[in-house]
Amino acid sequence: MTRPMLILIALILLPWLPGMPLFWVSLANQIGISAIVAMGLVVLTGIAGMTSFVQAGLMGFGAYAAALVAQSWGLSPWLGLPAALLASGLAAVLMGAVTLRLSGHYLALSTIAWGVSLYFLFVNLDILGRNDGLSGLPPLSVAGYRLIDVRASAMVIGVSLLLSFIATRNLLNSRWGRALHALQGGEVAAASAGVNLGQARLLAFVYAALLAGLAGWLFAHLQRAVSPNPFGLVAGIQYLLMAVLGGAGFLPGALLGAAIVVLVNNWLQDLLPLLLGAGVNAETVVFGAGLVVLLQAAPTGLWPLLARASAMAHHPQGRTALPAPSAPNATELLQATRLHRRFGGLVAVADLSLSLHKGEILGLIGPNGAGKSTSFNLLSGVDHPDSGRVMLAGTDATGLAAPEMAKLGLARSFQHARLVAGLSVIENVALGAHLRGTASPLQAILRRDRAEEAALFATAARALDRVGLLAEADRPATSLALGQQRLVEIARALAASPAVLLLDEPAAGLRHAEKQALAALLRQLAASGMGVLLVEHDMEFVMSLAHRLVVLDFGTVIAAGTPAEIRQSPAVIEAYLGAAA
Amino acid sequence: MMDLSILLALLQDGVVSGAVYGLLALALVLVFAVTRVILIPVGELVSFTALTYAGLEDGQIPEALPLLLALGALAFLRGALQDRGRSLGSLALQTLVLPAAIAGCAVLIAPLHAGIAVQAGLAIAVVAPMAPLLYRIAFRPLPEASVLVKLIAAVGVHLALTGLGLLCFGPEGARGPAFSDAVLTLGPMILTGQAVWVIFCTTAAMAALWAFFRLSLAGAALRATAINRRGARLVGISPDRSGLLAFWLAGLIAGLSGVLIAPLTTVYYDGGFLIGLKGFVAAIIAGLGSYPLAIAAALVVGVVESLSAFWASDFKEVIVFSVIIPVLLWRSLRHCAVGEEE
Repeated sequence: MTRPMLILIALILLPWLPGMPLFWVSLANQIGISAIVAMGLVVLTGIAGMTSFVQAGLMGFGAYAAALVAQSWGLSPWLGLPAALLASGLAAVLMGAVTLRLSGHYLALSTIAWGVSLYFLFVNLDILGRNDGLSGLPPLSVAGYRLIDVRASAMVIGVSLLLSFIATRNLLNSRWGRALHALQGGEVAAASAGVNLGQARLLAFVYAALLAGLAGWLFAHLQRAVSPNPFGLVAGIQYLLMAVLGGAGFLPGALLGAAIVVLVNNWLQDLLPLLLGAGVNAETVVFGAGLVVLLQAAPTGLWPLLARASAMAHHPQGRTALPAPSAPNATELLQATRLHRRFGGLVAVADLSLSLHKGEILGLIGPNGAGKSTSFNLLSGVDHPDSGRVMLAGTDATGLAAPEMAKLGLARSFQHARLVAGLSVIENVALGAHLRGTASPLQAILRRDRAEEAALFATAARALDRVGLLAEADRPATSLALGQQRLVEIARALAASPAVLLLDEPAAGLRHAEKQALAALLRQLAASGMGVLLVEHDMEFVMSLAHRLVVLDFGTVIAAGTPAEIRQSPAVIEAYLGAAA
Repeated sequence: MMDLSILLALLQDGVVSGAVYGLLALALVLVFAVTRVILIPVGELVSFTALTYAGLEDGQIPEALPLLLALGALAFLRGALQDRGRSLGSLALQTLVLPAAIAGCAVLIAPLHAGIAVQAGLAIAVVAPMAPLLYRIAFRPLPEASVLVKLIAAVGVHLALTGLGLLCFGPEGARGPAFSDAVLTLGPMILTGQAVWVIFCTTAAMAALWAFFRLSLAGAALRATAINRRGARLVGISPDRSGLLAFWLAGLIAGLSGVLIAPLTTVYYDGGFLIGLKGFVAAIIAGLGSYPLAIAAALVVGVVESLSAFWASDFKEVIVFSVIIPVLLWRSLRHCAVGEEE
């Protein structure tokens, strides 16, 4: 708490130093406001991987709301703040409802269309003063003292910037932050861990919009006038430039990027007319070309080049793991009845029926292309059968999406490990316990989630310990060897404390000793009542481990029984070795 | 308020501008399919061609020539850097010699008032080569980047070109000469010669593209790259060359659109952006994938625009860009995650 306080005091006092040029203070104000918008883009683009060109437009909502409240309706400027947040937040919810299901470039393109539309909306609405905008806003005032001096504005902006920084950092270091990280490349794994992806996307979009709205409110009262130009598409591009320039994945990068863009912009506006004559819009050339050069030369932005990325977050230490949830009463944990799945003309799975009991390890084996991974996806809600039924712990789970399956007590690993690149090993594991936490994003921002976070991380640590990787807890997840990444996936599944565990080739890439340890762990889990279903190529491993085996070939079950029975089955021998001539 | 002849005139306007948006939508779909670049700067190429074409009517030496030469020099340097000096000869031919030759011709032909057809061709010849040059400068060095990164780069190129456009052409708008001043009266409809020309040219261009894709080897290579880039590479189709070709075609299409639109409206240096964006609306409605759907969508966009210009001219742009929303909504309800990358 002391360091933020020191920074705050410095921010407030610095402008009042004797001899500090007011022009610098006013530049710093611009930087501060821009950095708040860019911070929203760090969350949205850098962390969650969604590009938005409409942040300036959302900022416009905040600014116009502030102007309407304080100027047109003559209310207190402070009432403009909730109005600004409400306006930009509501706009984001509405836009998000329509566009957020889109991903990747479709979302980015639609934000360009939004950006253009909003600008023309601002220009053409009478109530917003059309091209001229609204002017003559009153300044903010505190206890009758009107904050007209730029140094007084700097205090408000400094406090806003600091609070935004802390709030954003808190949000990113929470179960919601981990879910947001997973939106960039870890969607399937996150969904299987119970994260509602649509909700997480909307969270990122609305949060970024709220920061833009706050910046809009500050901007309106700093300029004491609002007009459409600062909220057009070009401004939206500039905010994105700030985030990308600073390093879209790093919060301090937002401030760095904002500072560079504002200063260069100011410098160009002074310098270029001297070089090229007035009326030449040369800063757009410099920024446009700068963006291209930057993407080619330093795609991760400047911050990671300056500061050795100490991005690994501090997470709270706790000793008490979450208590295991009560096990389901059904003895038949997972039951699939006559599942079919076709891809075009290819029948990947035909007539698959199997059941998994409490305390049982069931192996699903078969030659390459037999339909094992497809079956797995059908059973875990990642994919849905064309026909057939899936029962999970006595509930009909046919057609449920992965997060609902997770809620019913199913956890899985993937054949190709799907760890979230931006997170450490233990954070990846903690993502698996997402559903076991209850803190809301607001509680996370206010740090009301610390006890719960401590318990989540204790749970994650325990799960990591069980797979023997506790020593690697704080390493970046993707720095591990592939075999270890699979173990992390198993730990992530365990962190959810599931009733049913689905493992896709868990032993691939493991050394002999690691396999033995894994086998011991799986036996122990089964003994505690968990149902374990595994797909495995390593025959020795699966034969010695599974209680029962189901053998697939060309999408159909060709044999089922104990390992001893399977070894004797002529159909299995034929499938693996080919028919005797 | 609105009678049949007004409605028909509006529909005609809509179809004419829709045809131009359709051409641009084709270029955007093509470039996206082959290179995964969303070519935001296509609009600048449109307005640059329109302004050049308008300037040639006054016998002006094209103001875009310095830009063409500068882009050529930059492309040469970027290419030489990326390829570490290999095959400098062919690079120099395409980035230095060709633009210089075009500039030379332009300086000779421009004062002659050689007629509409020559002026139109010259305007396209000056601006279209900028597209492959931009590919070499901005996008070729980012072959494996995500669609998003390429999109941000495209936005950067758009921003830079807008500023350069102001530098070259100045803030004044211009209107090019019509191809034909004829006016045909068909019952209640008054058909302008220009409208007939636009529809004729777009149809011819689309037919030529169709023939190129279906009948020529280069077209087949482009289609192969669009369908499966890795596969195309494995059978020996260079992704670089496909990318260049796609940008060449996009440049030519944008140039043609610029010449077609120049007589219809006053074009400013930055006016192409909105024109290009309407091509985008059409291309996005078509899912950045289907050519016929993109053209149909472009016609709808044109008609919506012209009708909303009549009823609510202030909100014309808002309405046009909002057309995209019900479509996106429909797409998002149909698929859970449209546009998952690659």
